[in-house]
Amino acid sequence: MLAVRHRRRVAGLVVLLGCAAAACLASIAIGSKPIPVGAVWHGLVSPTGSEDDLIVRSLRVPRTELAVLAGAALGIAGSLSQGHTRNPLADPGLLGVSSGAALAVVTGIFAFGVTSTYDHVWLACLGAIVATVGVFLLSSAGRTGPTPLTLALAGAAAAALMQGLVSAMVVADQQSMEIYRFWRIGAVSGRDPTVIAQVLPFLLVGAALAMANTAGLNALSLGEDVARSIGGHVLRARLIGVAAITLLTGGAVAACGPIGFVGLVVPHLARFVTGPDHRWLVPYAGLIGAVLVVAADTVGRLLAWPGELQVGIVLAMIGVPVFIAIVRRTRLAQL
Amino acid sequence: MKRPRLRAESLHVGYGETPVIEGLDLEVLDDAVTAVIGPNGSGKSTLLRAMGRLLAPRRGQVLLDGKRIDRMPTREVATLLGVLPQTPRAPDGLTVAELVAHGRHPHQAWYRRWSTDDDESVAAALRMTGMTDLAGRVLDQLSGGQRQRAWISMALAQGTELLLLDEPTTYLDLAHQVEVLELVRRLRTDLGRTVVMVLHDLNLAARYADRMVVLGDGSVVAQGAPHEVLTEDLLREVFDLEARVISDPVAGTPLVVPVSPRTRAH
Amino acid sequence: MNGPRPARLRSAAVPAIAVGGLAIVAALSVRIGDLPTSVGDILRVLSGGGDETQRYVLLALRLPRVLIGAFAGAAFGVSGALTQSIARNPLASPDVLGVTPGAAAGAVGVIVGAGEYGGVAGPASTVGLPLAALAGGLLTAAAIYLLAWRRGVDGYRLVLVGIGVQAFMMNLTYWLLTVGDVADAGRAMVWITGSLDGRGWTDAVPVAVALCVLLPLAVIGGSALGVLQFDEDTARNLGVRIQLCRAALFLVAVALAAAATSAVGPVSFVALATPQIALRLAGVARPPLIGSAVLGALLVTSSDLFARVAFGGVEVPAGVITAVLGAPYLMFLITRQRRKAHV
Repeated sequence: MLAVRHRRRVAGLVVLLGCAAAACLASIAIGSKPIPVGAVWHGLVSPTGSEDDLIVRSLRVPRTELAVLAGAALGIAGSLSQGHTRNPLADPGLLGVSSGAALAVVTGIFAFGVTSTYDHVWLACLGAIVATVGVFLLSSAGRTGPTPLTLALAGAAAAALMQGLVSAMVVADQQSMEIYRFWRIGAVSGRDPTVIAQVLPFLLVGAALAMANTAGLNALSLGEDVARSIGGHVLRARLIGVAAITLLTGGAVAACGPIGFVGLVVPHLARFVTGPDHRWLVPYAGLIGAVLVVAADTVGRLLAWPGELQVGIVLAMIGVPVFIAIVRRTRLAQL
Repeated sequence: MKRPRLRAESLHVGYGETPVIEGLDLEVLDDAVTAVIGPNGSGKSTLLRAMGRLLAPRRGQVLLDGKRIDRMPTREVATLLGVLPQTPRAPDGLTVAELVAHGRHPHQAWYRRWSTDDDESVAAALRMTGMTDLAGRVLDQLSGGQRQRAWISMALAQGTELLLLDEPTTYLDLAHQVEVLELVRRLRTDLGRTVVMVLHDLNLAARYADRMVVLGDGSVVAQGAPHEVLTEDLLREVFDLEARVISDPVAGTPLVVPVSPRTRAH
Repeated sequence: MNGPRPARLRSAAVPAIAVGGLAIVAALSVRIGDLPTSVGDILRVLSGGGDETQRYVLLALRLPRVLIGAFAGAAFGVSGALTQSIARNPLASPDVLGVTPGAAAGAVGVIVGAGEYGGVAGPASTVGLPLAALAGGLLTAAAIYLLAWRRGVDGYRLVLVGIGVQAFMMNLTYWLLTVGDVADAGRAMVWITGSLDGRGWTDAVPVAVALCVLLPLAVIGGSALGVLQFDEDTARNLGVRIQLCRAALFLVAVALAAAATSAVGPVSFVALATPQIALRLAGVARPPLIGSAVLGALLVTSSDLFARVAFGGVEVPAGVITAVLGAPYLMFLITRQRRKAHV
């Protein structure tokens, strides 16, 4: 029985890796100028500087990389968010990460006239970190320390507060609005390839912390009393988790904007396959997130060919019906 | 004389502003089964949680091997002492084997995830509670009794010398209650473990405990061997219960037979 | 921990104090503005006197605006209290469950598709906007409920379907913002932030009617809410017809949120925060309906007053202020919380 579950998890991982590879290949091949698979291979392995090679290497590959990174980061961050708050409504932005990033970016545009996307990335990372640290301190201030309830509520309150400030600036200034509205929907296209190098350290450290957090999160899922009695460090586990969420979400949001849906829904899909064990759930959520974002970005190019649709709207159009179908067909595990 | 491994000294514990335990001293006898009894609200669970460092004392201290338990690394405590809270909750979809494997948490580190030692401890814990055949089943599909035994298995897999159990027989029918308590007794006789358990059933407590600690209003009212402690006077005073205490025809331990609830009128 | 008596006293005192606050804010809102008005002027106008300008400013502009803010705030508060209780989740406000985002998507669709710069002018965006919002909210809610239905609706599935639909509607809204002209997008942004600017009697009527009809229903059904907090078996055992109750209360919550949204836009945070603030102030275990209503009204009206006067000549949307006023207070309450609050 146990072996069956284990085999199922391993098989699922293999299938997902296959899907990821296929999605990446499609993402490189499909676009306003379709490139045959042979030419894609050529461009990746032995580029000669032909037009196809140039498109593959300078446009499609960075874009695909960005989609993989953002999807994986948001999926992992979402599963940690839900695990720590034990709330199915928690998304990676719950701790104020996304709205902190948005607030920093919009403040930069509005008050200091910062228009370079390079600077926006740093601003977003900074905003994300400041916001989360604030939320964590706030939720720890009560006598009980940071509990799932105080984390969720403090995060929601802070997010609303910062969103309010963002709205105020955006409404008052048309230039901010012009940048914000495209940033908000989230996209992996048209980003400078240097963005990847900028956010990669954040994402790697975040992912490592997330994997280190899985055992502690498993213990916490039995309740704080049991977690403590089997030697779990409640506060340390929460700190590591919050740090991982911040780095992953901050990096992803800085690079691509707050792509909705991935962080909220992907963990539910992953939990459906893996059960409650975070050592499996977290990598699964990362892979599913990556596959979804790459696939959605590619489909967006197909649907509006030769133009394209932003990844956020495609995710909503395709992902939500799939998610609801699964919710209806099965009884999803409660947290 | 050797001091007992686990003891509390002038312990004060409470929730928020409400004090529950005020100035309690207790020494837990080594290699023995201690039953903590007392009326509802007398602070039994609070005492157990404080002894297991799940609640920080306001004043006073809990000492484990002579060291303050709240100052020891929690992982070190977890290899010496296991606590099973009253109604623990597991996430949906967790299997029995996965739950029991959590008990090995304190024996693992990031560089050493799972060993044959762990495998053996889990298998042994499942065998002791008779849960081996149910290992692959999902927890929320089990009966209350089976679930309770799964949680006890987790505490056993932890492999600690000291075990604190908060009402380990809740949800169980009489046969299964006896089964769990027989298991507790075997833990002491065969493995030399020290067990402290909160129990409601006075007769079962008297039968399976080597020692009883009676709590009333947050302090120790009486303690000692069951036949010394469980008297008609004590039942009247602490439990407000008019009862006859006779000798259990099977085990020879005290047996409480209620007469009628005492009325305060006279 | 409080005994039963002080707790009851507190839970009665909270709405009473909040009503007092509401009266003060309402009075200030009617007095303060570009046209200076004294208390005497207000009394004269209310008793049928005053000059033409005063009558116009007070009766056609300021009074309806205060009332609409109070009504919409109360509706949001009650709606949030209901959804949080039904879903047994403090984050389950109509915003998170997709009802207000549905309303917003409807309205933004109208603004962007038929905005002043788009093609169809004036009437479509003034008459059509509230209608589109109402329709968007109600249709979304119906979709959520039907999609969650499978031999009955359980609270957890409702929440999951809700977040799916919410993600869809949010993305749709933000996508619509990128499609249209930037000026339309700006107007739409004001609308989805929530604003009371330029609202008149015609906007007040639907939300007032909704509140008058639905609030009593919510209070009557509210006796069952306490029972819905428990698991299904316990609730059934206590003689509550869960499915019927949950459906009816969900419908009430949705209708209130949609009506309020159609009047003032999806003012954020009110539905999420006021029930949580109310339950902490009253020291009870689940969101109190009346307390949430009064606090919601107080939060929206005071935010609007603040939005009108705090920045000199510039008026910001009230929805910006609700979170700025409400969030710090909720945070403060969280940090000094002693007892464990449920939901």
